[in-house]
Amino acid sequence: MPIIETKNLTYTYLTGTKPAFEDVTLEIDKGEFIVLTGPSGCGKTTLCRCFNGLIPHFYSGKLEGEIYVSNLKVIEHPIHELARHVGMVFQNPENQLFALSVEKDVAFGLENLGISREEMRERVDWALKMTGIYELKDRAPYELSGGQQQRVAIASVLAMQPEIIVLDEPTSFLDPVGAKNIFEVINKLNKDLGITIILVEHRLDLTSKYASRVMIMDKGRIVLDGLPKEILNSEEARLIGVGIPKVTRLYQILRNKGVPLNRVPLSAEEATRDLLEVLRI
Amino acid sequence: MIKIQDVFFTYPNGVEALRGVNLEIQDGEFLAIMGQNGAGKTTLVKHINGLLKPTKGTVMVDGVDTTKVSVATLAKKVGFVFQNPDHQLFSETVEEEISFALRNFGFSESAIKERVNWALNLLDLAEYRKVSPFMLSGGERKRVALASVLAWDPKIVILDEPTIGQDSQQKERLRQFILQLNHLGKTVIIVTHDVEFVAECKSQVVLMSQGKIIAHGSAKKVLTNLEVVTQASVVLPQISQLFANLKNISFPTEVIDVNEAADILLGKLGDSQ
Repeated sequence: MPIIETKNLTYTYLTGTKPAFEDVTLEIDKGEFIVLTGPSGCGKTTLCRCFNGLIPHFYSGKLEGEIYVSNLKVIEHPIHELARHVGMVFQNPENQLFALSVEKDVAFGLENLGISREEMRERVDWALKMTGIYELKDRAPYELSGGQQQRVAIASVLAMQPEIIVLDEPTSFLDPVGAKNIFEVINKLNKDLGITIILVEHRLDLTSKYASRVMIMDKGRIVLDGLPKEILNSEEARLIGVGIPKVTRLYQILRNKGVPLNRVPLSAEEATRDLLEVLRI
Repeated sequence: MIKIQDVFFTYPNGVEALRGVNLEIQDGEFLAIMGQNGAGKTTLVKHINGLLKPTKGTVMVDGVDTTKVSVATLAKKVGFVFQNPDHQLFSETVEEEISFALRNFGFSESAIKERVNWALNLLDLAEYRKVSPFMLSGGERKRVALASVLAWDPKIVILDEPTIGQDSQQKERLRQFILQLNHLGKTVIIVTHDVEFVAECKSQVVLMSQGKIIAHGSAKKVLTNLEVVTQASVVLPQISQLFANLKNISFPTEVIDVNEAADILLGKLGDSQ
């Protein structure tokens, strides 16, 4: 039983003249790590808004087809109920933070779950430490930098320990080391706790190595869906204009010149390993 | 030319954001400022358009001390595109958004029309002319913010995180576009975390850490230096990381370009066969 399932899902914003995405049929299983990418404006953010019910409950407009998340029919369950199953980290953290302190922001969602004070304390501290902002817990979110706010938004979702976490370019304001740390945390949640991850990203050089599956959207449709190495090495991905990792590009150039490389690398480590083998022939 | 001399800046809350910065930026230069969150990058560029004035030290833009002129006067020379486009956009349509500053600067209606068209086409926004900026995606709003600044043709353009939310084709267009601005003699300064973009642009790079500049030079020199890159909370671009891994078998280390990497590797493989 997939944890997310859509059938012929099509959505048009109230003011839209054409669908933001159309005829999306997909199944996502528990524990998958999906990287969802595609040209800007392709509909990926809009699609993600369906996973926690923002569409159709918050955004009006026309939703056609079917969508089930954690066995719940999304159109029949309110956002606060879906929020127990799906955590969402938006592109712009300012849209998400509102409390007077970082700690309160992170605790907010938990207050509605009916868990003990003690457990709440533990989960908040854990989330703050995982995202490296424990020392900021008494600060006001609005006086933090964009990068710090992004960590608060991620911590708020982590504390809820949902089955599914959807992240829309969650590290765009973070410095590269900070971004890497966050991706490592997300990867750990996926591998250790089995949380299903849907990560919307353009920077595939940083993220594709964690993915179990890459989906590419173009003009409102899912056009490629499969194993990261196969998808990112495909001619179609290049033509759509997806940012293929540089080492994957290097592999393609070398292969075309007849270098006997057999595996598609996504990270510098993988490329190093493969090239060392070839260089020692 | 921009001349930053021994600049210190302390925010009213006591945070020392800049602690002795010296930097010269030539006309027509393309400079990327990178480094840790909170290292002072945005604080530094806000000194160039006069939004902030140094606590100590001087900032000269084209020979003018920024403490001696108003932000409005500097704005005509120094265009600033913010990190978050929502801080900048407010008009009902994309077209009005781009016209706004032009009207303020007193351009004629015909000049406004021409410049708006130019900017819309340049940033591939013509189809959104009559659309509300808030209907657009994050990446598209970012382009509207950029278009509205470029329309008044400032001599120095500062872009804070221009690649956020941009897909690879848009990044390539942005890169071409910045090079075009450089050819016109404009200085372009970007603040960014996007190492792959900077590697591709082959711009000059400044690395900042804790309110200071810790490295300044070509992308090829700076982004292959693991020590300073790490100190600035930046990572090596994939290609330079690969060559850092291969350095023990006598490969050059200053490589950031994928085609150059391919040539070097093909050369080596040719030798060994």
